[in-house]
Amino acid sequence: MQQIINFIIRNKTFLLFLLLFFISIVFTIQSHSYHKSKFINSANFLTGGIYNSVNNISEYLSLKSQNQILSEENNRLKSLLFNSENTTDSTYTDSVTYNGLYKIHTAKIIKNSYSATDNILLINKGTKDSIKEDFGIITSKGILGIIDNSSNNYSTVISILNTTSNISAQLKNTNHFGSLTWNGESPNIVQLTDVEKIAPVKEGDTIVTSGLSSIFPKDIHIGIVKDFKLDIAENYYEINVTLFNDMTNLEHVHIIENKDIEEITNLLNSN
Amino acid sequence: MNSIISLNGVRFLVLVLVQVIICSHINFLGYVNPNIYILFIILFPVKNNRSLFIFMSFLLGLIIDLFLDSGGIHAAACVFIAYARPIILKFSFGMVYEHQNMKFNTVDFGAKLTYITIMAVTHHIILYSLEIFSISKIILTLQKTLFSSIFTIILCVLLIIIFSRKSK
Repeated sequence: MQQIINFIIRNKTFLLFLLLFFISIVFTIQSHSYHKSKFINSANFLTGGIYNSVNNISEYLSLKSQNQILSEENNRLKSLLFNSENTTDSTYTDSVTYNGLYKIHTAKIIKNSYSATDNILLINKGTKDSIKEDFGIITSKGILGIIDNSSNNYSTVISILNTTSNISAQLKNTNHFGSLTWNGESPNIVQLTDVEKIAPVKEGDTIVTSGLSSIFPKDIHIGIVKDFKLDIAENYYEINVTLFNDMTNLEHVHIIENKDIEEITNLLNSN
Repeated sequence: MNSIISLNGVRFLVLVLVQVIICSHINFLGYVNPNIYILFIILFPVKNNRSLFIFMSFLLGLIIDLFLDSGGIHAAACVFIAYARPIILKFSFGMVYEHQNMKFNTVDFGAKLTYITIMAVTHHIILYSLEIFSISKIILTLQKTLFSSIFTIILCVLLIIIFSRKSK
């Protein structure tokens, strides 16, 4: 016993080093698996508050480009509105029920990141605004990510520029779907994998969300096909997709809440 | 003694804030960010309580991780260079360090540059291998390590020159 205690006292620095290094490695491994980083995230009072006050100042610097983006979106929505008034028919009631399923909240990005391999963003809405885990985030141009953790006032978002992110997407003109991942290299190119070999892929095709995941509605724009090739087994396509979003310049985003998500997950879990 | 504690405390807070507000959002060439917060570990007094020093480094890394949502990669890298610091000090400064009376203001510049370079490169190798966490992307790891280390070393040397007191 005496010798054990002596050993511990003699090597206390090394043992402390081992302990702290081990704790860090555990946190690191947790952060690499999806939805596990419960303790170390920036959606808390201290870090969220600091990022928020910094953002209050720095948002003035990008005012011009953000105004441009908002007015472009206004333009698009106006044209949608005017065109739909001309063709009011039975499909109109369909779009009402469609809107009823999804509830849209607005939020602001207060911490953007795109240079790491696992990028996580911070937004200024949290459980107080009934934002919860697994809500989807989009901008006016396309999808952005999925909510990971929420505190009272802030939430972290797993960006599509994250190697653990995996979102169901499809070709716009056919229904062949695959999963959207990122290889960690360029912040405006993501990869669509596992698309069947028989799918008619062409360069310049539009990629949209498939609506199979119950997080995102169908037909939200993602990007266009840059190039594509067959994978090693020659059964599936690997497609490089150029994003519509400029991931380096983000400010105003929309959160999509699927009101039936509980019912859907209950149904899936019961099987 | 009191001034050493307050100096290091202020340095800790200022470096964390400068790192998370400015330095981690530079994204030079798309991905190159300097990690200037390791100046705290580099400039910590040589005569110290080693356990406390390692624990402070862990805390520093963990706070950076909290801000940047990066799990524990900064904490791991900080703890490692804090533990390895005596060896690196001995390698870079030799006799001056072994006589236990060195101050960073008085040693010559070449040895100081060697010391900062070894510390920064070790830190970045651990940081980026844990961040990317995949052997198949070793080229990306080395590329990020190289460019970020150069950026960090330049900034650290500049900061040391700007804030050093003329005590000769």
